[in-house]
This record gives sequence, C-alpha cells and structure tokens, in this order.
Amino acid sequence: MSGAIVASLQAVERIYPGIGKQQAVHALGPIDLALRQGEFFSVVGPSGCGKSTLLDVLAGLSTTTRGEARFEGRLLQAGVPEGVGVVFQEDSSFPWLNVRDNASFGLRRRGVAQSEVKRLVDEALAMVGLEAFAESYPAQLSGGMRQRLCIARTLVMRPRLLLLDEPFGALDQQTRLLMGDELLRIWRETKATVLLITHALDEAAMLSDRVAVMSARPGRFIDLIETGWPASRDSRNVSDPNFGAITARLWDRLRAESLKAMPAR
Amino acid sequence: MILVLIGILESACRMAWIDPIAVIAPSKMFQGAVSLLASGQYAEDILLTLQTVAAALVISVITGFGLGLLLFRLPRLKAAADPFLASYYAIPMFMFYPLFIVMFGLNRWPLVAIGFVFSFIAMAINTVDGLNRVPRVLMRVGQSMNLSAWQRIRFIQLPAAAPYLFTGVKLAVVYAFIGVIAGEFVLAGAGFGYRIAFAYNAFDNATMYGLLVLLIGGVGGLNLSLYRWERLIHERRGGR
Repeated sequence: MSGAIVASLQAVERIYPGIGKQQAVHALGPIDLALRQGEFFSVVGPSGCGKSTLLDVLAGLSTTTRGEARFEGRLLQAGVPEGVGVVFQEDSSFPWLNVRDNASFGLRRRGVAQSEVKRLVDEALAMVGLEAFAESYPAQLSGGMRQRLCIARTLVMRPRLLLLDEPFGALDQQTRLLMGDELLRIWRETKATVLLITHALDEAAMLSDRVAVMSARPGRFIDLIETGWPASRDSRNVSDPNFGAITARLWDRLRAESLKAMPAR
Repeated sequence: MILVLIGILESACRMAWIDPIAVIAPSKMFQGAVSLLASGQYAEDILLTLQTVAAALVISVITGFGLGLLLFRLPRLKAAADPFLASYYAIPMFMFYPLFIVMFGLNRWPLVAIGFVFSFIAMAINTVDGLNRVPRVLMRVGQSMNLSAWQRIRFIQLPAAAPYLFTGVKLAVVYAFIGVIAGEFVLAGAGFGYRIAFAYNAFDNATMYGLLVLLIGGVGGLNLSLYRWERLIHERRGGR
C-alpha cells in the first residue's frame, strides 16, 4: 500500500518522571512510525509495553520526551489536533445523555449549527447501526452497542486519523469478529486512516494492512508485517491460509516479549 | 413490618398496657395530626420552621458544593481536612448557639446557622466523593475533544457526579430539618419544634404526637420524593 504519510513518529521516546523515591519509567521508544494515508494499521504487544502510550502520543494526549510526533506534517504539541479522533478501551459513553446527545456532544461543544449537528449525527448513527436507538440511554444498550456509540461520537467529528485503543477488549469473541467487520465497513466508507491497538493477534491479522509488533517495555517495534489483504476484506478471511501464517508469525515474535513482560515467579 | 409494629402499639394502648400519659394510640395520633392540620392553628409555626430550614438548606448546599469543589481541586487541602471531616459529626453543634446569637442577634438566624452547620458538610463530602468517582476515561474523552478545564467540569464532571450531588442535597435536607427543629426544641420561642416541646411540657400528648406525626409525615414524604427522583436518575444511568 502506498500513499502520503498522514502521521509519523521519529525516534520518539516517552519517559515518565519518578515521583519521590520512585524511579522514572521509560515507557516507550525510541520508536519510528509512518502511517500511510487511508491504511489500517494495528499494533500488538505484551501488557505494559507502551501501546496506549504510543496512541496517546499520536493523539496529542501526551507529549514526547524525545523525538518528534507529527500529524499531516505539523508537529504535535499539547492538545489533540483537528482531524484526529480517539476511541478508548473502556466504555466512555456519557450515561446521563441519550444516544443522540452522546453522539452530538463534541459538535455541540464546538458550536456547530443545530441543523448540521442533526445531519451529521443521523449519518454517524446510521453508519454504526444505532439509528433506531437514538432516544435510548447507554444503560439500555449492550456493551457492543455502547462501543459503537463511542465510535459514532468520534466519527461525527470527521476524523482523518482514527485511533482506537482496544475498543473491543471487553466484548465476547463473536461480537468482536462482527464489530471488526463493522469497523472495516466504516473504514472503507470514511476513507480515514486507522490505527488500532489490540491484544488480540487474530483481530490485528484479520483487520489490518500492516501489523506492528512491539517489544516489552520500553516498547519498540520489533517486526512489521504487510498482510496483503484486499480493501474489501471481512472476518471471513480467517479461513484464508495466509491468516494462520500471519498470526503464527505474530505470536512467534510476541511470545518471548510476553514472557519478559510477565512478573518473575 | 412498620404496619405490624403500629398495629401492636395500637393494641397495647387500647388494652391500657401502656400508660396514656406516656404514649397514646397511633389512631389518636393520626386524628390529632389531621385536626391540627385542618384547624390551621400552627400554620404560622410550620411556615416559620420551613422558611428557616429552606434558608439553612440553600446556604448549606451552595457553600457545601463550593467547599467540596475546592477540596477536590486541592487534594493536599483535602488530605489535611480529612480527619476533621471524619469526626465532624462528633462535635455537639448546639454549643455554638450562644456564639451565633452574639453574631446574628436574637432572631431566626442563629437557628439557620445551626441548620447550616449540621448540613453543609454532608453536601461537601458528597461533592468531593462524586467528583472523585468520575471515571477517568470520561475526562480523557473531554481531553480528546480539547475541552477547557471549565468545560470539562461543566459538561462532564458535574453531570457525571450528579447522583452523588443529589445524595448530598438529600442528606442536607434531612440534617437541616434535624438541626432547625432540634434547635427550636430548646432554643426558640416559635416554630414547629418549639410547639412540640411546649406540648410535651404541658402534658398535651394529643397535640405533641399529632405534631410529631405531621413532622414525620412531612419530612418522610419529602425524603421519599427525593429518593424516588434519585432512583430515576440511577435507573436511567444503569447504576453508573
């Protein structure tokens, strides 16, 4: 896959300073990354390796200690740049707002006209299949539906770069596969560049154009796999022989790192 | 269960197992309450008490919320204040009444102050608790949308903390009533609490118990309404 570079990290490191007697924590890097326009890029790695830190840096939610992070050529400083959307791992729907008001939250804070808010929200809810639940509250939705709501709330802002931090982590396997199909459909429709952080190797292998494997902390990329899937792919590619080979390679690279990340017995 | 206990008390009183000087039958208490309400004899006192409670409540909710917000924003101050907050209700607040008379004069304001000192801490503690329990991910959503600190407080933290703030208001209502009415028992010349104490001292059990039934019914009914409202909020949020 070729295309303009949408977001990049150059020799980025993130070190959290120690508090009191605690030592500083070298959470990430040095790491280099170049995200191509319109690609679906996944990152897998052992627990605590810095995957979420990587996402925070790319989103502008966290600054770098060393190196440069850029979005559309501009240096990322404090604050999420316009055009970047983030979906978090935990359920981040606002329980006091119904689905429509949740989805329109960001637009209303920006002072977008009411008619435009309605149009964009209707589109986003239709895209994620929640249009029939517009007046429902998050408590009335399943876990998968709440995550779709959080995706809709991000999509209404028309992100050009969509960052997802284990969005399906709390869901069962079948729902994850179906949600993966939904995410691919949304990716194709919006033509956004997607970066997905996930623990699930099969999910990364199934959804992505490229998959990066991170080492144990401090996280660095130790492998980068081009899957070669067509853009029209869906969850049925799990039956493709290549799927098994990709997953096997991911685990082969990841196993040793995962053992390093486990607490010593 | 409550009805069973009332039934037992009713039987005991009718069988003269209990001295009517001490306790009258619940049916007579209820009759007394109805006739007192219908006669309007103590309407002025009831209104006076309600006004005093309302004043104490409004001031304590606003002040308690402000204090809670301050303690939330300044964790070190909260840590320093924690031992005091934990032992606050061990302090006999009525000992401040003479001080409040010196400060505010011989009027209703010392009773407002008593109601205030009883109730504002409950509001403060619940405000801090509610703000501390806002899920971190909701704040990160606000951050990801580049909301200002004030926007995050107004549009995320306060709505997220609303159930706890509501609990604070509910407790403040109860404590304001306790403070004002208990204050009127011993320290006032008018008001609902004063009338109860007067009836007690005059051995007028019918009036005393009638007024008590009115008090329990009124405050209990108010609290029940607040409780139902609170449940609605919680149900809508699925307990989150």
